Amino acid sequence: MLTIKNLHAEVEGKKILKGLNFSAKPGQVHAIMGPNGSGKSTFATVLAGKEDYEVTDGSVVYKDTNLLELSPHERAHLGLFLAFQYPVAIPGLSNINFLKTAVNTIRKHQGKDPVDAYDFLAQAKALAMRVGLGESFLSRGLNDEFSGGEKKRNEIMQMLMLNPSLCILDETDSGLDIDALKTVAAGVNAHRSPDHIIVVVTHYQRLLDYIVPDFVHVLIDGAIVKTGDAQLAKELEKKGYQWLMESAGGGA
Amino acid sequence: MSEKKTINDAVSKRYEHGFVSDVAADTFAPGLNEDVIRRLSAVKNEPEFMLNWRLKAYRKWCTMKMKTWASLNIEPIDYQAISYYSAPKTQDGPKSLDEVDPELLRTYDRLGIPLYEQKMLAGVAVDAVFDSVSIATTFKDKLKEAGVIFCSFSEALQEHPELVEKYMGTVIPVGDNFFACLNSAVFTDGSFVYVPRGVKCPMELSTYFRINAANTGQFERTLIIAEPGASVSYLEGCTAPMRDENQLHAAVVELVALPDSNIKYSTVQNWYPGDENGKGGIYNFVTKRAVAHERAKVSWTQIETGSAITWKYPSVTLRGDDSVGEFYSVALTSNCQQADTGTKMIHLGKRTKSTIISKGISAMKGQNNYRGRVKVGPMAEGARNYTQCDSLLLSDTCGAHTFPYVDVANATAKVEHEASTSKIADEQLFYLGQRGIREEEAVSLVVNGFCREVFDQLPMEFAVEAQKLLEISLEDSIG
Repeated sequence: MLTIKNLHAEVEGKKILKGLNFSAKPGQVHAIMGPNGSGKSTFATVLAGKEDYEVTDGSVVYKDTNLLELSPHERAHLGLFLAFQYPVAIPGLSNINFLKTAVNTIRKHQGKDPVDAYDFLAQAKALAMRVGLGESFLSRGLNDEFSGGEKKRNEIMQMLMLNPSLCILDETDSGLDIDALKTVAAGVNAHRSPDHIIVVVTHYQRLLDYIVPDFVHVLIDGAIVKTGDAQLAKELEKKGYQWLMESAGGGA
Repeated sequence: MSEKKTINDAVSKRYEHGFVSDVAADTFAPGLNEDVIRRLSAVKNEPEFMLNWRLKAYRKWCTMKMKTWASLNIEPIDYQAISYYSAPKTQDGPKSLDEVDPELLRTYDRLGIPLYEQKMLAGVAVDAVFDSVSIATTFKDKLKEAGVIFCSFSEALQEHPELVEKYMGTVIPVGDNFFACLNSAVFTDGSFVYVPRGVKCPMELSTYFRINAANTGQFERTLIIAEPGASVSYLEGCTAPMRDENQLHAAVVELVALPDSNIKYSTVQNWYPGDENGKGGIYNFVTKRAVAHERAKVSWTQIETGSAITWKYPSVTLRGDDSVGEFYSVALTSNCQQADTGTKMIHLGKRTKSTIISKGISAMKGQNNYRGRVKVGPMAEGARNYTQCDSLLLSDTCGAHTFPYVDVANATAKVEHEASTSKIADEQLFYLGQRGIREEEAVSLVVNGFCREVFDQLPMEFAVEAQKLLEISLEDSIG
């Protein structure tokens, strides 16, 4: 169970989240939609715990733990995963070495032994194929000289590998062609399970044709102003956000 | 825990090799003059040509001044305050490991360099140099079967004086520079390698240099000769105790790569770097140069993490047509360390090729300079060079500077230079952290990734060692 109450956050002194309320249960897929600048990415980043995003009020509780007191790696150990909108490159750090380090770090936290190197490699190869990346990507530098689509596929591969219980996808659909979009969506759908919470942050309805959410929330000016089911996304596609912004009494 | 603190903790890992060994030693009183050199040569029972060479070098050195072109802040060095010879007390030098002082063996064990062959990494022969003398060389017999000579320089002077006389100084002349000249006058020991025609040396060769005695300079000399078609891979490692005063290390390494031969020379330098206030540490002034004849290939790889001051430019004179020179370097400067390091690639032969990959990492108040020269002579038709200099900054108080000199006298030459400077990005640490990786380990992964191209060049047995050396200790970092 993820419960967020009255969340306020600012970046470099600028108030972005202004009293956001949100809750999700295992097994659910939530979509967060909203116009540019409404605070969608900030929301995703704050949940993951980036240092220069300052939470000024409110609470975030996941698995009965106050997330706001944890550093990013501790949140990851608790099962939180953020698929980044702009995954960063780390030249010279091979994808496979990175993945193995991440998997073993989390396993260690769970009191498990490190993965068997042979099994791990086989699994990584299978997942790379599944998200449409060749085996050669495993030995390349992490996101180094990857295309936009390759980076997003890589994020999904990491998600499948790490098998997180709370998954936040930050505009994973942006910059994807239709084939990549389908692959990414298939990966996310495969991750759906009664144990997992998936939060899809997106600008467009398009992705939601492939990942059908249980709930759709509209984020405007740092707060959720409307919640509905998958139909709401279709309505937004037709009507845009303007009508909601007006009723929210201002604008983003 | 702030990112800055993590990085500082990461790079200020405690120096692990700072202990002093209690070994009885014969040490000359400090001071330098012709008598000292005569005594030194006599103690070592050297052939006459060697004494004459030393005296010639000394007289030349007396006329020279230390050049100041390097961007280094160096306290004046009092050459009369240094002792030029210190040797563990033994009768006639050990004939076998059983005769070596157990305290010395323990010293190398503590350094992770067991000298007993059965305990050693398979396939690596080791020569251990303690202060001024070589104390043990392993795997000699196996090498002898292949015709490879691997021994201390002193031993080479006794057993193979003709080889030493023929090649010594042919790559680095006596008066080449101030420190090389001083070394020529007072060098004490080092390693000697000779690989005969067509022989591929059957194992990695390695020398570990250790400075132990106080107020002692270490002046070693290494000479490697690869006959036509021969090939050899050699690695040197260096450590020293923590002492408050600076100690001088001025080595000379000469590589002779005859036609179609291949020499790979790797260094993992971890001399004591001094403390966080810049007190103590080794002054490392080293001259390393190779001559590559027709179709020969020389590759320098260096991991420089120690020393208060590093002044070092391993170079290749590409004399023969189609010869190849390579330089791969990682230099880490932290605390108050200063490094001015790089290479010279002198293209004389046709179609000669050189590659330079330099990775500088600066942290805390460390200063890191790349200084390189690529020179293409008028006869070097079709010569090619590729240079890449990358700097990684880990603090706001450190510095990185690149001084590339390019000097091309042949219009058919192709010279490329790429340079980059980057800071370790918050985004990178956040990304790794989001995947469950702690900050200390994240810093280590980013830094090791930055160095990957160079680590890949190291012999496999030592790649892990080099990575560990840069690796981040987690113990001090949890605030």
